[in-house]
Amino acid sequence: MDQGRTHRIRRRLLKGGHFLGLFLAMSIICLPGLWVVLNSFRPTVEIMAKPPVWIPTELNLDHYRAMFGGVGEGGVPVLTYFWNSMIISLTSTAIALLVGMAGGYAFARHRIPGKAAIFVGLMVTRAVPGVALSLPLFILFGRIGIIDTHFGMILVYVALNVPFTIWLIDGFFRQVPKELAEAAEIDGCTRWQAFWKVEFPVARAGIASAGIFAFLTSWNEYALASQLTRSLNSKTMPVGLMDFTSQFTLNWGGMCALAVLMIIPALVLTFLVQKHLIAGLTFGGVKG
Amino acid sequence: MYQMRLPPWLVLLLPAFVILLAVVAIPLVLSLYSSFTAFQLTRPETITRWIGTFNYGKAMGDANFWAAFGRAVLLLTLALNLEMLLGLGLAVMVAKVTLGQRLLRTMMMFPMMFSPILVGFQFKFIFNDNVGLLNNALQSLGLTDVAIPWLVDGNLAFLAIVAAEVWTSTSVFAILILAGIFAIPQDPVEAARVDGCTPWQTFRYVTLPFLMPFIYIAMAIRSLDVARAYDIVQVMTAGGPARRTELLWTLIGRTGYVDARMGYANAMGYIAILLSIVFTVYFFRKLTTARTSLGMGD
Repeated sequence: MDQGRTHRIRRRLLKGGHFLGLFLAMSIICLPGLWVVLNSFRPTVEIMAKPPVWIPTELNLDHYRAMFGGVGEGGVPVLTYFWNSMIISLTSTAIALLVGMAGGYAFARHRIPGKAAIFVGLMVTRAVPGVALSLPLFILFGRIGIIDTHFGMILVYVALNVPFTIWLIDGFFRQVPKELAEAAEIDGCTRWQAFWKVEFPVARAGIASAGIFAFLTSWNEYALASQLTRSLNSKTMPVGLMDFTSQFTLNWGGMCALAVLMIIPALVLTFLVQKHLIAGLTFGGVKG
Repeated sequence: MYQMRLPPWLVLLLPAFVILLAVVAIPLVLSLYSSFTAFQLTRPETITRWIGTFNYGKAMGDANFWAAFGRAVLLLTLALNLEMLLGLGLAVMVAKVTLGQRLLRTMMMFPMMFSPILVGFQFKFIFNDNVGLLNNALQSLGLTDVAIPWLVDGNLAFLAIVAAEVWTSTSVFAILILAGIFAIPQDPVEAARVDGCTPWQTFRYVTLPFLMPFIYIAMAIRSLDVARAYDIVQVMTAGGPARRTELLWTLIGRTGYVDARMGYANAMGYIAILLSIVFTVYFFRKLTTARTSLGMGD
């Protein structure tokens, strides 16, 4: 009898602890982001107020108006940065996925001499950080004349994303039984049709999760973009964020508004492929 | 007519090779060359002045370099371990939830969507000693009435950076471990329970070994991303105060771009790249062993 009661109490305690822990963890994860969103609607005076104002007394769209209108402090041409970021990230993601699919398929389906070495070699290229690449790339791109262009940035981001894309997609194609494509070929498909109509759809989840990682990397990259973009031609949003800083001051409100603009596309995209992400990672990385 | 034909795998991998060669390998060769010269950014003609291994020797004897090296290793060790433990806890908690798990999973991924440079600014704001969120909260709750100089004191600034790193990347671990939890076969877990294991024993001796490959993948991915710390640190403290939070890449960036001593910066860069390669290969090997012991390997 007594044992039953302590057992019940323990279970209730565990449940409460679980809930509390989860709540705390989620708060810590979400609060900084929500704080940024909130501040983007508050006047700068209130953000900087001392003693702090906890409950906002005034919410307005001033920072957004200033940002899109290109007026106010500095007049940051946010929309141009947004389009640059969009074009560069989407194109480089698409190309990285194509190159990654070809490479991943090769790893999954063909016997390659020295496979493990090639594989580690590919991954090691990712260990080279942006700062180390930025100067030699700057010199090279300057010689060829593709500095400060979309093309140059797309090229860089494709290279940045290809190794990881290959890794994820390789693992995923391996989960697709070889027999599936063979059966399709016996039924009269060409090799190419067998790939597009049979193997590709089955591996879609893995490709989607590789795509989201590639997009986020290009969308958020700063170290290389800050050196290789100079003007409105190709400046991306992370670099544009720096426009809100000057020697001694920071325009927090404006920066928060731009931050919100940066997060929204990433959020939407992640939410769309969220379902595939866990599945993609499970098969992609580990079982491969 | 007979044509030379490449094996199909090479044709498929060729685009990847070409692009990596152009964007990573050739620049690296260029910077390897320049690390043996007295190259200064402001005087382009110095790139031809060959000085052998002078730069490497100088880096080896430079106390600042070794301090930054040590700090980078410390940051990596501290951050990776914390992220692993927190990510494991988070994943286990989220996996137990039945209602609204999808929402929680999306929320969990929230920090991954933030640009590292944005994370830097965000935490610079939070840890600001005067108007920062943290000090304001502590003061409003009456826990302290002095402004704690989070980013001004060297040790506190290092902790603040660790906090920012952990905040951004715990979710990488959490998601991969969650994927692992879903992939665990149920039979061994049930067998352990039937054999009288306590929940803790089941977790420690059955679940955890299954999760290890996932943890190593997260470690490998994260150790590749050591350089991410550059953006965050650069924005939060720029290596200051008085070099107390100087990491390898901020030191290299400053030597290269601000002091314009590019040859020297590249020499230090090569030593640093070696470090991250060592970490990566280490975790990959761990991963392979963990995979084979579970029968997941080739």
